[in-house]
Amino acid sequence: MTRRIIIVGGGVAGTMVANRLAKSLENEVYSGELEVVLIGNTGKHIYQPGFLFMAFNEGFLEQFAREEKYLLHPKVNFVMDAARHIDVDRKRVITGKQSFDYDFLVIATGSYPDMESVPGLAAGGHTFYTPEGAERLRHEILNFQGGTLLVTIDVPHKCPVAPLEFIFMADDYYRETGIRNKVKLKYTYPIGRVHSLEPVAKWAVKEFEKRGIEYEVFFNLEKVDPEKKIAYNMDGSEHPYDLLIAIPAHRGARVIQDSGLGDEDGFIPTDRYSLKMEGQDCVYVIGDATDLPVSKAGSTAHYEADVVVKNLISELKGLPATHRYNGKAFCFIETGLNEATYITFNYKQPPQPVPPSEMLHWFKLSYNEMYWLSARGIL
Amino acid sequence: MSEVNITKTIDARGSYCPGPLMELVKAIKRGQVGDVYELLSSDNGSAKDVPEWVNKMGHELVYCREEGDFWRIAVKKTK
Repeated sequence: MTRRIIIVGGGVAGTMVANRLAKSLENEVYSGELEVVLIGNTGKHIYQPGFLFMAFNEGFLEQFAREEKYLLHPKVNFVMDAARHIDVDRKRVITGKQSFDYDFLVIATGSYPDMESVPGLAAGGHTFYTPEGAERLRHEILNFQGGTLLVTIDVPHKCPVAPLEFIFMADDYYRETGIRNKVKLKYTYPIGRVHSLEPVAKWAVKEFEKRGIEYEVFFNLEKVDPEKKIAYNMDGSEHPYDLLIAIPAHRGARVIQDSGLGDEDGFIPTDRYSLKMEGQDCVYVIGDATDLPVSKAGSTAHYEADVVVKNLISELKGLPATHRYNGKAFCFIETGLNEATYITFNYKQPPQPVPPSEMLHWFKLSYNEMYWLSARGIL
Repeated sequence: MSEVNITKTIDARGSYCPGPLMELVKAIKRGQVGDVYELLSSDNGSAKDVPEWVNKMGHELVYCREEGDFWRIAVKKTK
């Protein structure tokens, strides 16, 4: 009898798991003993770190997008349809058109930036965390003639280093275009330092001071007046801006909320080591969809995929799921248009940025291309 | 401490990124005035960071105490 693994979500986490499973269990999928089903609501697979480059006119969406069906192993059954309901009691996923029973489920439904999370933000602010947002922001950045460019950050959000990369790239960009002296760059952060990771915060402050980037800590955006162009902090203070770039709070996918599986933000309670959904033996959660205390980033999804695939293979072979995720993440940090650094850390080891270099920048650009090998489950 | 009615306990032990305080900020932003959020953090920095944030934002620190290898900190949303 055919056993079925369903993966819901065709982003980096879901695609990687589907491909690695099909490749690792090729005999089983070719003999029909195992079916790997990937349910995704779009045919396009987008490499999200590309949005940052799009915002500075260093690339277009086509460069960072591929057809999902061409990335997948030929034996992965790709169902392009939105998952509407996940029933973990009946072990069933219902899409707009069909219903699928499963033996094992992998939830990789990601997160989305919610510009409605703060009153006035959708009308008064920009974000580069979506393709449409990055394209709109590119227009603003390229036509900006000077004034205050304000960056605000809400929680939770994905890729916590991207806002730093953004401000450093903006600094470089306006130096290169010759109007840096007319642009006030202001970076804000919700807590008492400029990044939640202390070593990163210390390093970033030195960079800010060297480059003349203003910063303010304890900044929690509460509302925006799009007419007057004023951002309001939770402490009541007013912050005028000419261009507001917000990293809004992220939420879990609609299907998670509709299925009653997540917390109040739509993130699924997940065992931080086994990556199983709390209270469920046959359900793994991966990537942004989890409530884990780690960055929501492609990198964490990548390391989590290693664990989930190994555990699924063990379980299919009747062995216990012994592989454990240790919270590992690895992040490149662009420190301008021509240099980069990186950090790596896990649940127990804090990160320490290395000195930025041109070589690391080229490594990051190379990874932008190599990513497709990761998605295919090769790298 | 028994009279404190905790709305929700946030277990952020073992967290570096996005960090225990960030978890608390998230809860308070979504909460109602009068809610009390208790944060468990194994990061020593939280004992300093959380009271600073609470003070700056005008909320109320209910308690902040060390228990073995972690901190137990409660904050009331006041506005």
